[in-house]
Amino acid sequence: MADANTTPYVGRAMKRIEDPRLITGAGTYTDDLRLSGMVHAAILRSPHAHARIKKIDTAAARAIPGVVAVLTGADVNASCGFVPCAASMPDLKAPKHTVLAGDRVYFVGHAVAVAIASDPYVARDAIDAIDVDYDPLPVVANAEDAVKSGSPLTHPDLGTNVAYTHNVSGGGNIDEAFRKADRIVKHRLYHQRLTPMPIEPRGVVASYHAGEGALTLWTSTQIPHLIRTLLPGMIGVPENKMRIVAPEVGGGFGAKLNVYAEEALISHLAMRLHTPVKWIESRRDNASATIHGRDQIGEYEVAVKNDGTILGLKSKTIADLGSYLQLLTPAVPTLTGLVLTGCYKIPAVKMEIVGVYTHKMATDAYRGAGRPEATYLIERLMDVIAQELKIDRLELRLKHFPAPGDFPFPTSCGLVYDSGNYAAALTKAKQLANWDQLLKDRAAARAAGKLSGIGVSTYVEICAMGPSKAMPAGGWEWGCVRMEISAKVTVITGVSPHGQGQETTFAQIVADRIGVPIEDVVVMHGDTAVAHYGRDTYGSRGTAVGGTAIVMCIDKILTKAKILAAHLFETTVDHVVFEKGTFTSPGVTNRVITWPELAGEFYVAKNLPADLEPGLEASSFFEPQNFTFPFGTHIAVVDVDRDTGQVTITKYVAVDDCGPQINPLIVEGQVQGGIAHSIGQVLFEQTIYDEDGQLVTGEFMDYAIPRAHDIPDYILGSTVTPSPVNPLGVKGVGEAGTIGATPAIANAVMDALEPLGITHMNLPLTPEKVWQAIKSKN
Amino acid sequence: MYPANFDYVRPSTVEEAVRLLAKHGDDAKLLAGGHSLIPAMKLRLARPKVVVDIGRIAHLSYIREAGGAIAIGAMTTHADVQASKTLRDKSPLLAETASHIGDVQVRNKGTIGGSLVHADPAADYPASILALDAEIDVVGPRGTRTIKAVDFFVDLLQTAVAADEIVTEIRVPATAKTVAYVKTEQKASGFALAGAAVVIGPNGVRVGITGVAAKAYRAAGVEKALAGQKLTPDLIARASAQASAGVDPLGDIHASPSFRAHLAQVNTRRALEQAVRRS
Ligand SMILES: Cc1cc2nc3c(=O)[nH]c(=O)nc-3n(C[C@H](O)[C@H](O)[C@H](O)COP(=O)(O)OP(=O)(O)OC[C@H]3O[C@@H](n4cnc5c(N)ncnc54)[C@H](O)[C@@H]3O)c2cc1C
Repeated sequence: MADANTTPYVGRAMKRIEDPRLITGAGTYTDDLRLSGMVHAAILRSPHAHARIKKIDTAAARAIPGVVAVLTGADVNASCGFVPCAASMPDLKAPKHTVLAGDRVYFVGHAVAVAIASDPYVARDAIDAIDVDYDPLPVVANAEDAVKSGSPLTHPDLGTNVAYTHNVSGGGNIDEAFRKADRIVKHRLYHQRLTPMPIEPRGVVASYHAGEGALTLWTSTQIPHLIRTLLPGMIGVPENKMRIVAPEVGGGFGAKLNVYAEEALISHLAMRLHTPVKWIESRRDNASATIHGRDQIGEYEVAVKNDGTILGLKSKTIADLGSYLQLLTPAVPTLTGLVLTGCYKIPAVKMEIVGVYTHKMATDAYRGAGRPEATYLIERLMDVIAQELKIDRLELRLKHFPAPGDFPFPTSCGLVYDSGNYAAALTKAKQLANWDQLLKDRAAARAAGKLSGIGVSTYVEICAMGPSKAMPAGGWEWGCVRMEISAKVTVITGVSPHGQGQETTFAQIVADRIGVPIEDVVVMHGDTAVAHYGRDTYGSRGTAVGGTAIVMCIDKILTKAKILAAHLFETTVDHVVFEKGTFTSPGVTNRVITWPELAGEFYVAKNLPADLEPGLEASSFFEPQNFTFPFGTHIAVVDVDRDTGQVTITKYVAVDDCGPQINPLIVEGQVQGGIAHSIGQVLFEQTIYDEDGQLVTGEFMDYAIPRAHDIPDYILGSTVTPSPVNPLGVKGVGEAGTIGATPAIANAVMDALEPLGITHMNLPLTPEKVWQAIKSKN
Repeated sequence: MYPANFDYVRPSTVEEAVRLLAKHGDDAKLLAGGHSLIPAMKLRLARPKVVVDIGRIAHLSYIREAGGAIAIGAMTTHADVQASKTLRDKSPLLAETASHIGDVQVRNKGTIGGSLVHADPAADYPASILALDAEIDVVGPRGTRTIKAVDFFVDLLQTAVAADEIVTEIRVPATAKTVAYVKTEQKASGFALAGAAVVIGPNGVRVGITGVAAKAYRAAGVEKALAGQKLTPDLIARASAQASAGVDPLGDIHASPSFRAHLAQVNTRRALEQAVRRS
């Protein structure tokens, strides 16, 4: 029986069940696996952004003692299929993406050959000994250059650098909106390329049982199930002979929401060499050959009335896809189009997205995928409009919020926002930030000659991905709940958490609803031999979609349990009362049945009603009818050092509404991490390729990620607006921080620089850039 | 990140280490804290055939008063320098500088000897070593010699220490509290984009600058402008403008030459102001 003092678990800021093993180094990551006979692969990667491979000489490498094999594209590509892209769009021009390069390389880091050896040192020696004769070819490393006529072609055989052009219009008549406008506000924004840099790079271990024809693949991934769906088509092992395991995963952020060449290649090698093979990505490989994020350039026009009323929004985006399409590469920029109007009533929109190939690593989903881009631009635009029209920026926002009664709210971009109270979040953030005082402090700082700024962003985003009709491979989720004979509860989920904390939150939900101590609940995930079906973890879907499948299982279990309880009470189900883990039947009997007794009856199965199956287990697929739309307001306060251009965040307030919080501590952690990502993006992170397509930021020596001392003390708050889309009412919070924070911080820096007449700067706002901007106004 | 093959030897005396260096010549590299050498080996930028680990040689890690100076063993970690009461009381600049190096892990492993000999143009110690006018003892097959700080840094990653010599001791003079080190970090690596160390003493002001040029240097123009003058805010500002005079600033994705030069001036001014405040 659950302790009355500890329930309900839901709503409590409990420490995570998964943390002790992670913190004490007792977790098992891919690189911790040691299989008997295991050999090690190292991959030789192209130093050129574009070149023809004239010849590959592997003789010297093969001669090194301990080297098992050295293979090139000619040896393996025919057996490994093509790296899949799940996004289908009309007229998409796509290059064939083999696991190793064919006769050309298309980006620095393109895999050219693989060496397999008895240990990783020898494997590394072997790739150093491979001699490749390259004939360098013209390079295009910039998307705007790539669309100009006469540009070198990324893939000459495609005949163009344009992968697709995607046009969206929605709402009312856009031309009329622009005709009626008093003023057109124009702005150009650049989202720099970002490297996700999970602290654990990718890694793969493959083991093939020739007798059974069965493959087991351990991979540091967010999507073991999607890999099990897609890998069979690449390497020919049927789905039901393939087991994919995601061990502990040390950070994903979207970078591990992909099927990578190495997953097929290493699987193939294990089959070919009849021995387990391990490949662990180095940091440099991770920086050059794991997907990047963002890299969009947009030009925007807003039709406004003099009183601030927004009539319409037009945008033109060039999205740099890199040289290949990874799983969702072409789809990510189109996600930007889905929330282009942010949390505002904007009656007409028109958007053109041009996806462009360049000689760089592919871009794909990176924390927030599309929504940070959209939010940054609409929130920047709101400030620009407010400034040009001399209207209060909060008033401008409030004026365009849908009212709570307007939900479900259909947007011009074609979505229906589930629920919201945007003004409430804004009001709460203002309170927490002590807004009026902030304005006074800023005035005083400015009077003293300091550069001080306040930035606001009010955001909405898309979570709980998603209805199957909107997702390439289905958007449902699967779960299973089993009460064991000992009354312990095993929960199996098809989502694949890697930091989101569902071992804890699902246990909280289950413990409350079934009425057992949380210690008796185990949540399993990330292994397709255990969780047969699932659609994995991305798009803040874990709890809203995966958690709902679990709730459905619990309902089935309780229904079945009541049938047996009624049988034991010699009454009917409607006379059974279930509360906090005990079954009673007031008025019928004084007997009390608890779970250990009932679970025992289910499995010894000697006293079951005739039509009741033994065992107490249920599984469910949940199909959501809509996305969920979390929202909130972030406020950032910054000081800018005039002499050094250094930006310091002096206060940070975030109010996020993700619906009811299963575990506020985990919610806070997710928000904190998300804001940290934004601090990096706004102030210093950027992936730099030079004009020859050389990657300049291939190590932590050159690619800056936020560290503890970059993070201010956050003031976090929340409002709670349940979603009608799922029975838990939850919305999702994995990406909210980074969606809300980027524009808040950027707007704060621009606000600080506004008195100098600086109206625009591209991210990241590095000290040198800020200093140059200040200097240019002196 | 796997280094190329190498042999590993661990001498227990300086003499033995010197013999090993003589024996293996250019194939050998000394290993101190390993926080510059090992990353370079893992990236295969360094491929020594023999690694001579001096980490177990006794009596190379100490901080003690020696006459008017403070003597620091070459194997003293950044953390020990940072925490040293002797330094904090008698010559605080080096302890302050050490606190700016890397993170706790780096400071617990990295050594002052290793940092100086590695001579990274963006390392922190060189600025202070110059401003303190330190002396560095080296032992080699030709015996022991002392190198003055101004002669120590030769070029990018190059010092006056020969390949067969070992740094054993660094000596810095006792100073007043009127010292300071001000640094702007390269955001990714944490090394110095520009670091300025100042020592205001009875016989004038010395200023060392790191991060800005291929090697750390004494800002002679600043020192001259301040010599024998009362250090007013105005004079400090004017003098600091000389902090990058005559040097050829480095440029990369993290800072252009002009920004580095500018930061040298700003940080020199700030370090001087801070040192004056400490009087
Ligand atoms: C993540 C990280 C961050 C860092 N951040 C900073 C920073 O902010 N500022 C900074 O200044 N440094 C920084 N460093 C470098 C750090 O301070 C190193 O510890 C230092 O540069 C080298 O000292 P070491 O003892 O580790 O030397 P090692 O790496 O062992 O050796 C470096 C070189 O010096 C030689 N050598 C070592 N000892 C002697 C000796 N006694 N005599 C002769 N030759 C010798 C070696 O042969 C080698 O060539 C950082 C390093 C890392 C890994």
